Amino acid sequence: MDLILEGILKAFHLLFTLDPEVLGITLLSLQVSGTATLISLFIGISIGTLVALTEFPGRRLVVSLINTGMGLPPVVVGLFVTIFLWRNGPLGFLEILYTPAAMIVAQAVIATPIVMGITLAAIQALPKKLRLQILALGATRLQMVWILVKEARLPLLAGVMAGFGGVISEVGASIMVGGNIKGYSRVLTTATVMETSRGNFDVAIALGIILLLLAYFINLVLTHIQQRERPR
Amino acid sequence: MIAPPPLLTVKDLRVRRGGVRVLEIPSLVVEEGTIHSLIGPNGGGKTTLLQTLACLIRAEDGEFFFRGEKVSSSHGLLQYRRRLAMVFQEPLLFDTTVFENVASGLKIRGMDRSEIEKRVKQNLQRFGISHLMDRSARKLSGGEAQRVALARAMAIQPEILFLDEPFASLDPPTRESLMEDLEKILHQTNTTTLFATHDRMEALRLSDRIAVMNQGRILQIGPPEEIMNQPRDEFIASFVGVETILTGRVVRKGRGTFVASIDGQEVEAVGEMEIGEPVVFCIRPENVTLTVPPHQEATSARNVFPARITKVVPLGLYYRVHLDCGFLLVAYVTIQSLENLSLKEGKEIVASFKATAIHVIQKTKKSEPQPSLSGQKNSSVARA
Amino acid sequence: MKKEKGTPIALVGLAVILALMAWSPAQAQQKNIILSTTTSTQDSGLLDVLIPIFEKKTGYFVKTIAVGSGQAMAMGQKGEADVLLVHSPEAEKKFVAEGYGINRRLVMHNDFIVVGPAEDPAKIKGMKATTEVFKKIASAGSLFLSRSDKSGTHAKEMSIWKAAGIKPEGQKWYQETGLGMGETLNVTSEKKAYTLADRGTYLALKKNLSLDILAEGDAILLNIYHVIEVNPGKWPKLNAAGGKAFADFMVAKETQAIIKTFGVDKFGSPLFFPDAGKKEEELGK
Repeated sequence: MDLILEGILKAFHLLFTLDPEVLGITLLSLQVSGTATLISLFIGISIGTLVALTEFPGRRLVVSLINTGMGLPPVVVGLFVTIFLWRNGPLGFLEILYTPAAMIVAQAVIATPIVMGITLAAIQALPKKLRLQILALGATRLQMVWILVKEARLPLLAGVMAGFGGVISEVGASIMVGGNIKGYSRVLTTATVMETSRGNFDVAIALGIILLLLAYFINLVLTHIQQRERPR
Repeated sequence: MIAPPPLLTVKDLRVRRGGVRVLEIPSLVVEEGTIHSLIGPNGGGKTTLLQTLACLIRAEDGEFFFRGEKVSSSHGLLQYRRRLAMVFQEPLLFDTTVFENVASGLKIRGMDRSEIEKRVKQNLQRFGISHLMDRSARKLSGGEAQRVALARAMAIQPEILFLDEPFASLDPPTRESLMEDLEKILHQTNTTTLFATHDRMEALRLSDRIAVMNQGRILQIGPPEEIMNQPRDEFIASFVGVETILTGRVVRKGRGTFVASIDGQEVEAVGEMEIGEPVVFCIRPENVTLTVPPHQEATSARNVFPARITKVVPLGLYYRVHLDCGFLLVAYVTIQSLENLSLKEGKEIVASFKATAIHVIQKTKKSEPQPSLSGQKNSSVARA
Repeated sequence: MKKEKGTPIALVGLAVILALMAWSPAQAQQKNIILSTTTSTQDSGLLDVLIPIFEKKTGYFVKTIAVGSGQAMAMGQKGEADVLLVHSPEAEKKFVAEGYGINRRLVMHNDFIVVGPAEDPAKIKGMKATTEVFKKIASAGSLFLSRSDKSGTHAKEMSIWKAAGIKPEGQKWYQETGLGMGETLNVTSEKKAYTLADRGTYLALKKNLSLDILAEGDAILLNIYHVIEVNPGKWPKLNAAGGKAFADFMVAKETQAIIKTFGVDKFGSPLFFPDAGKKEEELGK
């Protein structure tokens, strides 16, 4: 019990003294997961909407692939991304293994199916006649898609939150592709694992608390935006 | 002076859905400024026709012309669509304010902000919903929402307006008030309208022409009185609310008239028929008069029958009275008359109707298709 | 209206900014060195001291990837690391013999210890020969935890079992954690069991553990660290110059002096003993 108390105290100490290493780790966590989430937002919403609105042969297969992708084990993603990014691997020439860029790639791979799957469901849930009504108002196909996306903005925002939540808390892939290098590719989750294995429980708990606070505040903002528009 | 081409001309339009032919319209002409209604049972093709004309469904065959120019799905489609507007049974509003909803068609067309504001406010006022301008679309009642949908459609100043059963989900008082307002606005703006409904009273009230549709075809088209009083066959007759439909055979011919035997009674009607021909008589309940003996006045009605009242059904503003004259007859009677004559079940009275009030349908053999082409041409040519 | 147009632009802008920020350490290839080492080495904190000095001196950027000795050497075999700092002599010799590594040089050593609960149920305290210690634990059937992760520690442990003529796998009293040294010590402490640990990690975690040092000092318990450059002949994409620079650094006089005093202020005794230039056989005498 005192261990947790120690951890809480350590957390506040680190935060209030603006410990540079912790700040750096926290900022990197935000940058990496934030960028990955943004990437997943663009790819996930566009492809999710496309699949939701088009009929094509093999659609059912694609939908089940997306739904499976939502539950991809992050550590498996990490393994495959690592193999691809190895110096001697197919994408080795990019030389991004053990860099934050690789972590962004891995996290984007994890988050994109989540955003895609939720977008797919959200767009499909819109009334079928709505598309016709929008077209009847003289919209081009592109305008129609944009209006539909706006109509589904509440569940889409939830999808983005789910994607972000999934990657800010992810550790397996991040360690594998990032290498947990001090001051460079170390983020809150990977640092927590490391401190735990070193036995520095107070630091580990502190980092854990900071991670929880970070995730909480970001979701607070997004939830506020979402609930502001909630149907009463 | 060459007259401008009609707003909409349809030729041999055919639509298939899932391998089944669902629409077949050899010909249809809609003049500018007229209100056409499509009535018929569900699944009869009304929605399909509207959506095809709005280019939301692709036709398998045939073509249609807007102001004389062919509407093609390959080019000019967007421009055509931007000249029309459509409102559905559900309001299908967007999750935003009423103002933004009504503005949406204008925003799509890239109109600038100040112009949009003018148009939106104008249409909000027309439909009496200016006070709802900033309200969220989610917080509207059914009637309010449908008004917004209509305002949204009218804001773009459509050259033709398609309405697919727009009042069907509303309760009667709301429907009443909205219909009144819409009628006024459509006449003010001289907007050509094509609307589908399964409520014949709506059709009667709003339209210049009614087309009766069933199984993807137009069975009859013409002005309301014609459809109501001269239905071409039993199906149309029962659909438009002819309550008494009698079958019989011609037994005597007269001068411009004839007599048919119906369930043992002789009924006189106007027309040229041959003896022995089977006929169908349509008698609207409004045209049946009831008198209580011994008040027998001299009357010009050729058909006078003693009858017994079998059922009295209140219908709000009047009563529907079922009679047995040897054949079954239905009459509408005002509340006043019901009371004055003390009409009730079992009472023996006298029913009468004029020979001219009978609409005669020549009985055709069941296997023959309806002669739609010639019939429609006659009506539309007569109108033009 | 403005709000709707603004949001997508703001999002795109945000994405670009964040991506740029994350991408900013754009390192040229020749400046990166991938150093493959073990978790216990990293956990000791020694590298946190040495690497900044090296980077400042040479301008290289060292990516320290801490895994088990087995994985470290596997990375070397695949050319995915430039230089290794490991402590698993048998495997290292094989690695070099098979041509994967060159210039295997002695850097330092520390030692392993056998730790267990103060009550010492197997009564091994004070025993000198580690093989005897292990035999006694086996015959007493006392709980013994193994890292079982192909790390240097694990390799050492297995060599002692072998020397003692015992096969512990599958026995009831022998449990395999598959975890790093620090975690294994924690589990050992919780379960009041015995385990083999490196002194450095034990000292670092001592205050949270209820384990005592029960056997130490035997020659077999020496934990010897070598630095090996990965053979560039096999892998053209290797940063051979960088790997050599790091290896040279590890055996340099100044570095060795730092190693000598590392840990003294924190634990009262150094965690490592610098050995560059010596012969392996000389150690521990």
